[in-house]
Amino acid sequence: METSLFWDQFTRSFAIVKKNIRIYYSKGPVIIFGLLVPFFLFLSFYIGRSMPVEALIPGLLGMTAFFTATSVGPAIVPWEARAKTLERLISSPVSIWTIFLGDVLSSFLFGALVSMFPIIVGFSIGVQIVNPLILGFGVVLATFCFASFSILLSAYPPTDTPASVMMLSSMIKFPLVFISGIFIPIEELPAWGRTISSISPLTYFTDLARYSISGKGYYPIEVDLIVLAVFTIAFLVSAIKIHERTMQKRL
Amino acid sequence: MPSKSAIEVTDLTKCYGELLAVDHINFNVKKGELFGFLGPNAAGKTTTIRMLTGVIKPDDGAASVFGYSILREGLKTRQLMGIVPEMANAYVDLSAWNNLMLVGELYGVPKSLRRERATRLLKEFGLYERRSHLVKGYSRGMKQKLLLCMALINEPQILFLDEPTSGLDVESQRLIRDMIRDFNKNGVTVFLTTHNMDEANQLCDRIAIINHGKIAAIDSPEKLRLRSSGLQSIEVSFDKGVDIEELSKFHGVNEAKKMGDKIRLYINEPSEVIASCLIFHVQRT
Repeated sequence: METSLFWDQFTRSFAIVKKNIRIYYSKGPVIIFGLLVPFFLFLSFYIGRSMPVEALIPGLLGMTAFFTATSVGPAIVPWEARAKTLERLISSPVSIWTIFLGDVLSSFLFGALVSMFPIIVGFSIGVQIVNPLILGFGVVLATFCFASFSILLSAYPPTDTPASVMMLSSMIKFPLVFISGIFIPIEELPAWGRTISSISPLTYFTDLARYSISGKGYYPIEVDLIVLAVFTIAFLVSAIKIHERTMQKRL
Repeated sequence: MPSKSAIEVTDLTKCYGELLAVDHINFNVKKGELFGFLGPNAAGKTTTIRMLTGVIKPDDGAASVFGYSILREGLKTRQLMGIVPEMANAYVDLSAWNNLMLVGELYGVPKSLRRERATRLLKEFGLYERRSHLVKGYSRGMKQKLLLCMALINEPQILFLDEPTSGLDVESQRLIRDMIRDFNKNGVTVFLTTHNMDEANQLCDRIAIINHGKIAAIDSPEKLRLRSSGLQSIEVSFDKGVDIEELSKFHGVNEAKKMGDKIRLYINEPSEVIASCLIFHVQRT
């Protein structure tokens, strides 16, 4: 693809971003739900355990980034297919990847913004961040990865029923949270648990956050970053390819 | 080399399972023409327009818009189009203004230009005062006007209008028809689907009649009217019973059918048959 055409399409994806923010992400319930779910899930685990708060912030950050960046993304395509607005986008002079890049960018922005909340909470209770640059880069990379994952969740089956997609995505998201070293550090998991946790992108972000805050991680930091990058590319490319294949069934 | 036609369609075909929705259709639309696509419901009009606008892919055949293939050069063809679909598909959770800004941005219209065009279009269609209101509060007519504004924000070379006046009140229908004529006068090619013969007759330079996925005829409205004159009918009723055979022998009557207490006569020449019926009635009384 020519560079100018690529750039032109890339800039048009921001129209999708603005539309998504106005319609889906700026709603009070979405923001509150995005904050409350990880917070209360985490609180239910934290209460009654004598753990240092420095050990808990990475888990809270991981859950917040994961839940917020994947909160609305899976439902956008089914919603728009049902409202026939997807047809409007498809008949516009934008490619399918432009539309989905816009969806990913809006989920990313929402996830990254709300992820600031646990970091601010950590600061306010005196948690020191040993590697702030790595943490910042990790939040950006991980929320982009989770946002790409959210688009993949709606790729198949090609339904126009948002509730079906949300149920399916919850069935995948919640188990991922429990195997990703959020509640139990990876090094304390049995061997089979460590193997399972290695297939979750959230594992590597939680590990990266632990490294950034306490200076100690289970995997080398390079592994966390590379695996997150590989997951991001794999999610994004496979989501766009599957959506391209299934799009005609939605219209 | 630039194409002389705005649309060229060759053997375009679309199947939905067993149903052949569009069956190897062929037609050309000239640049600057107002072309009507006339047919009853489920004739294949919307399927054709959805293929031409890149929403669905044809199963067979080819089509080009201003010389660009709809399959291989979809981005270029869609850049030239303005589309008013059959189903209102503006974002109901956005205001009219934000819908126009969104569409303008998707078509790559620079910010200052899309603001200027949006203001002008909303004023022309009488929506400017309610530009900040969410579209979910709009009436059907207002939504249809907004769809036209959205189709025009990129100043298209060709407009695809899928039943644009369907379900609207008379005043809104007239306004939209006047607007369509004005766009066409300004050089915009218009492809209009409708099931309303009068509308096609009033607006179009040429009409293609489609039924069961096949094109039955393509011609100017007047020539089509002459060609279909044998399909005209009148209904007559008499105070006493009549022999239907007698009526079918009138000059100019092709067929006579009893329809309840009336008789429908399929005719070539209405005035002659009406006169024959009157004479027949006088003679009986």
